[in-house]
Amino acid sequence: MLDATPKEYVERSGLVINPAKTCQPVGAMYAALGIHKCLPHSHGSQGCCAYHRKFLTRNFRDPVMASTSSFTEGAAVFGGGNNLKTAIKNVFAIYNPDIIAIHTTCLSETIGDDIPSFIMGAQIPEGKYVIHANTPSYVGSHITGFSNMVKGMVKYLSVNNKKSNGKFNVIPGFINPGDMREIKRLLNAMGVPFILFPDTSGVLDAPMTGKFELYPKGGARVEDIIDAGNSTATLALGSFASADGAYELEKKCKVPQKVLKTPIGIKATDDFLMTVSKLTGREIPEEVEEERGQLVDVMVDCHYHYHGKSVALFGDPDLLIALTEFTINLGMIPKYIVTGTPGDSFENEIKEMLDAAGIEGKVKALGDLFTLHQWMKEEPVDLLMGGTHGKYIARAEDVPFVRIGFPILDRSVHSYLPITGYRGAMRVIEMISNALLDRQDRDAADEDMELIM
Amino acid sequence: MDSKYLNGILEERKDFIFCNSKDGGGKLKCEKDSVAGSVSQRACVYCGARVVLNPITDAFHIVHGPIGCASYTWDIRGSLSSGPEVYRNSFSTDLREQDVIFGGVKKLTAAIDEIASRFSPKVIFVYATCIVGVIGDDIETVCRMAEKKYGIRVIPVQSSGFAGNKSMGYKAACHALLRLMGDQKHSKVKGVNFLGDFNLAGEIWIIHQYLKTIGVNVISKITGDGRCDEIMKAPAASLNIVQCAGSMTYLAREMEEKYGIPFVKVSFFGLEDTRMSLLRIAEALGDPEAVKKARQLIFVEELKIQSRLDYYRKRLQGKKAAIYVGGGFKAISLIKQFADLGIRTVMVGTQTGRADEYEEIRNITEEGTVILDDTNPSELVKFIQEKGADILVGGVKERPLAYKLGIAFCDHNHERKHPLCGFEGAVNFAKEINLSMNSPVWKLVN
Repeated sequence: MLDATPKEYVERSGLVINPAKTCQPVGAMYAALGIHKCLPHSHGSQGCCAYHRKFLTRNFRDPVMASTSSFTEGAAVFGGGNNLKTAIKNVFAIYNPDIIAIHTTCLSETIGDDIPSFIMGAQIPEGKYVIHANTPSYVGSHITGFSNMVKGMVKYLSVNNKKSNGKFNVIPGFINPGDMREIKRLLNAMGVPFILFPDTSGVLDAPMTGKFELYPKGGARVEDIIDAGNSTATLALGSFASADGAYELEKKCKVPQKVLKTPIGIKATDDFLMTVSKLTGREIPEEVEEERGQLVDVMVDCHYHYHGKSVALFGDPDLLIALTEFTINLGMIPKYIVTGTPGDSFENEIKEMLDAAGIEGKVKALGDLFTLHQWMKEEPVDLLMGGTHGKYIARAEDVPFVRIGFPILDRSVHSYLPITGYRGAMRVIEMISNALLDRQDRDAADEDMELIM
Repeated sequence: MDSKYLNGILEERKDFIFCNSKDGGGKLKCEKDSVAGSVSQRACVYCGARVVLNPITDAFHIVHGPIGCASYTWDIRGSLSSGPEVYRNSFSTDLREQDVIFGGVKKLTAAIDEIASRFSPKVIFVYATCIVGVIGDDIETVCRMAEKKYGIRVIPVQSSGFAGNKSMGYKAACHALLRLMGDQKHSKVKGVNFLGDFNLAGEIWIIHQYLKTIGVNVISKITGDGRCDEIMKAPAASLNIVQCAGSMTYLAREMEEKYGIPFVKVSFFGLEDTRMSLLRIAEALGDPEAVKKARQLIFVEELKIQSRLDYYRKRLQGKKAAIYVGGGFKAISLIKQFADLGIRTVMVGTQTGRADEYEEIRNITEEGTVILDDTNPSELVKFIQEKGADILVGGVKERPLAYKLGIAFCDHNHERKHPLCGFEGAVNFAKEINLSMNSPVWKLVN
């Protein structure tokens, strides 16, 4: 499939080939699904909504519900106000959510629809909420869209009523429901009272009950997001997906914030737990200490599997920042790092880590997989890590491939099993080791085939 | 219609739902825009155009718009190629804010230049997305200038998402195909164009083999495993055979008018339709030899699969099916195919079915079968449960719905795993239904 990719890299000004990102609205939809009894609403053509639902459905293998304003030519000319008002009325009448989270699209943004004034003019039943986020598809990426929707939650809902709730806010970022579960498990183990939002666990990894639940049990409660304004501090995990929500909470409700890496890998997990401990005064419990000890044990047991191996990483910025750090800690050489999301801060943060480790690597924000493939053709790597679309490059270059990040469309169970925390780090090590060792087995001559590796 | 069936259904949606009764009366509303605020399963104009054109394997498909439209359609179609694979890459202009303000023409021109200078393309399709329609990029001119500059075909596809629904996108794709075929006069060749098979899981290869066996020459495949050169020769054909009626009837009509090519509608889903279609093609060509060979082929192929089909019939007899697919023509084939396996269809819906198709569906289903146009998950769930369906046939978004209800599922869309057409396909279909319906997992669920 990728036979046409030439080795020589040439700057392109008009064309993106094989993107390493998608558009804002799908991220906003994912964030909105992390509120209990929320129906995400796409204000644009109905194709957008269908695409986003399909994309998320393929990744999570669970139903993804969202409504659309179903723009037609008339709406594109005269504005989507009437569509949105009708939509709000219909959605509450038939789907009866507690809250509707509207996100815009390139179409509704370009024609200049003023969502707040539409919401003001809409009939909203007593006790129900409508929030919105501006997510034009021509700005940022799905990660920015996620971030904007989180910010929207704070803007519309969070209130500081001057009574501290003694809780601690965590914004987990664009990670799988399994990872949100893991972060909650760690916080619970520490005995920290917390509010985590958005929270897609129990929504997109809901158990099988034989019944279809339009609104599964999971998701952050609206009243908790409101109450987040009374918390003692906010921890934002991932500067790209979570920081803006935390800044907004600080601005609006005076809740102090701290931005950390997504807790993937040993160091980022250490930082996360130590920060929680410092901010809450809670000690890290023995069971978590034990997990860390196990992780170090595994890192010792396996270090020779991957030490010195070069790796190419692609995907979303928060994931890549954490993975770059972790692979460096494992003694690997993260040689190429590409995200489709724009942001100089991404390139700078990665470069700093590479410089500190004395690694000569290439990093690109607003990049695409075509570029990554060209780099790999110029100088190959031992391992490729990223979402499903990487499999074509892995095949073309015959490089072992670890699926990690978003989207993963050709494998399942990934959304249930965490890569965050110490146990998640163990899982990442298992995936890396297995990929490299499977390759060694595949390529071994008969006389070199080993039983014990 | 007002009955207990419609409890909990949106007022605006009630006319789009029909419970089959043979005493006449009641008409299903269809071919309308979706209600704002519905959780519609439908897609947009761009989606319709993209799914039709994307299987052309050696064309470059540039999606002119923000990145989403390109990334959501990147290699999801499941169409296979026997040669070139360029179509499986995703090319986009990834419009950013400044392009929206100042216009995207410059970027599009650069994108075409970058492809033309590096990949020696024969044909480039340029898809207009929602925003291009709003900011008013003149893609016609950009394409025309690029054609002049590089001496290749650069064809605009007018597929702004809001300008109708998926059916309008099919039409936009048909217009693009007509432009590719051009106005040149061709001397006629005896042979057919195969319209509306997208070679999912290699289906077109099966039908192609059948046609070869009965001595029918295929001039071009539109668009599954398609090649630009081949499609440009399509006007020379003596007959068009149309499988996906929803997307391709328009093209067939236009080709009839423009190139004088008559067409027949066919369907290769299920034994009955496969049989009829082969004979219809042979007869339409006025070729007694082909008719004879078709009869022979049908006899031989059916003999080959009967015992395997009987095995599945025993295991599936008496079950109930629900169908939710894109077009009406496929739904009709599926109802017959289920009947052949001893399965009753208790609910059937489509995204973009037409009035005549719904009438046919009404004729071939039993009393009490619920018929729906442009439905949504709540309605699907309600009727699947009330009607006690054992399996749902549908696409991506319907799969987890069925599973959550604890019933089996078969993807008859992009994600079908095996070819489901022709005689072998009928066996594969029964096999897939059996695999899902008789899986031990349901014992854990219920």
